[in-house]
Amino acid sequence: MQNEKLKSALVTALKKAATILPTDVVNALKSAEATESSKLAKEQLRAILRNIEIAREGSIPMCQDTGIQTFFVEAGVESPYLASLKSVIAEAVAEATVAIPLRPNTVHPFTGENPGDNLGRFMPYINWDLVDGDEVSITLLPKGGGSENMCALKMLPPGVGMKGIKEFVVDHVISCQGKPCPPTIIGVGIGGGADISMKLGKRAILREIGSRHPEAAVAALEEELLELINMSGVGPMGVGGRATSLAVHVEYAYRHPASLPLGILVQCWADRRARIHIAADDSIEVN
Amino acid sequence: MEREITLPAAEEMVRQFRVGDILYLTGKLFTARDEAHHLMLDRKTKGEEIPFDPAQMALFHCGPVVKKEGTGWRVIAAGPTTSIRMELFEDRFLADFGTKIVIGKGGMGDKTQAVLEKTGAVYTHYTGGAGALAAKAIERIEEVLWLDELGMPEAVWIFQVNRFGPLLVTMDSAGGNLYSELAKTIDRNKEKIHARIQE
Repeated sequence: MQNEKLKSALVTALKKAATILPTDVVNALKSAEATESSKLAKEQLRAILRNIEIAREGSIPMCQDTGIQTFFVEAGVESPYLASLKSVIAEAVAEATVAIPLRPNTVHPFTGENPGDNLGRFMPYINWDLVDGDEVSITLLPKGGGSENMCALKMLPPGVGMKGIKEFVVDHVISCQGKPCPPTIIGVGIGGGADISMKLGKRAILREIGSRHPEAAVAALEEELLELINMSGVGPMGVGGRATSLAVHVEYAYRHPASLPLGILVQCWADRRARIHIAADDSIEVN
Repeated sequence: MEREITLPAAEEMVRQFRVGDILYLTGKLFTARDEAHHLMLDRKTKGEEIPFDPAQMALFHCGPVVKKEGTGWRVIAAGPTTSIRMELFEDRFLADFGTKIVIGKGGMGDKTQAVLEKTGAVYTHYTGGAGALAAKAIERIEEVLWLDELGMPEAVWIFQVNRFGPLLVTMDSAGGNLYSELAKTIDRNKEKIHARIQE
């Protein structure tokens, strides 16, 4: 095992996420620009597409809010990296903050103190999933504050059913207007519990645009919610237009009969992600 | 209409700007988020001077990523932050300091709209997240103020910019407001959406 090599792969992934938008998101933005009829909306989408190009060519962050670095780790229980992964991730975040550079975003909630390296209590946050085997898959999500501020949790009375869920999701996305930098990607988590629905929603935004939930009923709900949201007219950056959201992804868990938790996770157009895979032969791949 | 503006912008000129106009600015911008507004208004209350004149520049709601290079700084990314957070004190800021062009994203509230009308100023929307595009139009950093006290995102950065835009005027001094116009359309659409859900 090679912690230095892993750290360098993590720094590469952090840089890739900050500077190069995944192809599925770029394609969705291009197609939104092509189908938009409002002049003001087109102008916003063109500025976004120019911005993405400048960031990619110059290897510079596409947005000044380089986010809070969040990691989703699927760790094989036999991986030799289990013990060191947490500290290597933190070291990589500190190094990337200077090297890329990233905006130092982590602050103490009481004092406002900023350590300057994007670290701090519980930061960077790591979601752990233990799986069989000795491989490790890491998904990195640098998420900006503007869209995170628009996330919502609603404990619905179960009696409202699917109609109630649809209404709450659509009303909430409309109420966000331009604040989360639309066109957005919406992650919806249903069931589980208050915390679980939010976690499911966040996991849902990690999925590629164009992917659908494997269960037909959930996939149909994703499509219907997207269509309903895009009937609203909020549009890119809230200046009016068709493309309020690029995708809606839904995940669910079984729930308590008395509870219907609904987590709505809002992701801005800068849906930055990178993945790292450590194979059994210790080779590390970033994409 | 599209307008090329050289700063400082006189009140008589800004009073002609209307919702839907697109501006490209050349001149000086200063960044100010929550903390910088607090600090400058606090100085004003105490009768203390601040080391630049906000009336000569455009106000940019932005917390940039900057990099130290030698003795100077370079802007890496500098898109707008959510403006509504500044609604708490923007009316007082514009009235006290005389800034005529505000740049941000997402729009502002009634208090700011009222002061735009009173002082002859506009609120303009810059594409959220377009930090790299913005950085390209920033020629240099003239000065940074209160960096140690406020930290990189909250400090006041003074930028010399060349054709900074496109900035869409969304709130003007004649009461024009893109957001409230749009809200009427969205409310009508919302009724249709609800009807469809209930089908």
